[in-house]
Amino acid sequence: MELETIAERLGDAVLEIVTEGTKDPFLVVEASRIREVMALCRDDSSLAFDLLVSITGADYPPREVKKKAKKGEPAPESEVVPGRFELVYHLLSTKTGGRLVLKVRLPHEDAPSCDSISEVHPAAEWHEREAFDLLGIRFFGHPDLRRILCCEDWVGHPLRKDYVFPKEFHGISAE
Amino acid sequence: MGFFEQRFEENVLTTSVDRLVNWARRSSVWPMTFGLACCAIEMMAVGCSHHDLDRFGAGAFRATPRQADLMIVAGTVTFKMAEQIRRLYEQMPNPKYVIAMGACATGGGPYYKFGYHVVKGVDRIVPVDIYLPGCPPRPEALIDALMALQAKIDRERVLRKARAS
Repeated sequence: MELETIAERLGDAVLEIVTEGTKDPFLVVEASRIREVMALCRDDSSLAFDLLVSITGADYPPREVKKKAKKGEPAPESEVVPGRFELVYHLLSTKTGGRLVLKVRLPHEDAPSCDSISEVHPAAEWHEREAFDLLGIRFFGHPDLRRILCCEDWVGHPLRKDYVFPKEFHGISAE
Repeated sequence: MGFFEQRFEENVLTTSVDRLVNWARRSSVWPMTFGLACCAIEMMAVGCSHHDLDRFGAGAFRATPRQADLMIVAGTVTFKMAEQIRRLYEQMPNPKYVIAMGACATGGGPYYKFGYHVVKGVDRIVPVDIYLPGCPPRPEALIDALMALQAKIDRERVLRKARAS
């Protein structure tokens, strides 16, 4: 199915259709409506994207954040700008074999945050925990938002571009 | 035997206590079933028929540290795992030995610079007897490490302290 047709189905929740300059065309969706869009993608008989393949978090920091990070200074959470973090959803339809990539640019309040889609796709639960663990993205409505890979008492979110490596952990030197 | 030859009844051997104890210890170094990453696959290969670690008396992989003499740290040691490794090591009865298998366990390996969660060498957690480089080491290399460990056990002094050198 053409990306434009899908975008039409999803209506005004789609902010952007990107086909140029990418091998994998995608739709940018409004962050506040992601749950609704996911449910529609699953339930609409012509779309039928019933399988969530993955959720990936991405960090596109502004230039000054990168510069500071090189000197070993993490940006405080308050300086994180809206849109710095993105979520990428990969969907697959087991009925038509079609694939769909959705991206969400995250707003920022206390932390980059988004609605959880674990009600629509239970498989999203662990993917969202991973995004929370490694990038510090909060998911509203997630049943069990804990770290999934790092220790429970780990400090910081390691895949952020301005992450500063720990000098030691539980008395074990890391230098 | 020289001097002792032909002076005893049949089936009597003479040796030193050190040699006897060391012979017993090195001839049955039971490893613990303990794999952390891809190196563990090579460790399993060593235990299987083709390489057959049983030839060295070290094929009996124990499922509990309480029955094991040797811990082969086969793989990447993360901070999350570090505490467990220390605990397992402490649960092993003396004398106990550790082989750090592979680049990760000996010194962080490919994760040395950008692995935020990797302990840069298992020797920061437990004392290591033999360092075995490779990524992963071939089964032959692990056998070599085991033989090196056996040679090390052979040099031990049981009844007195080794002379300070």
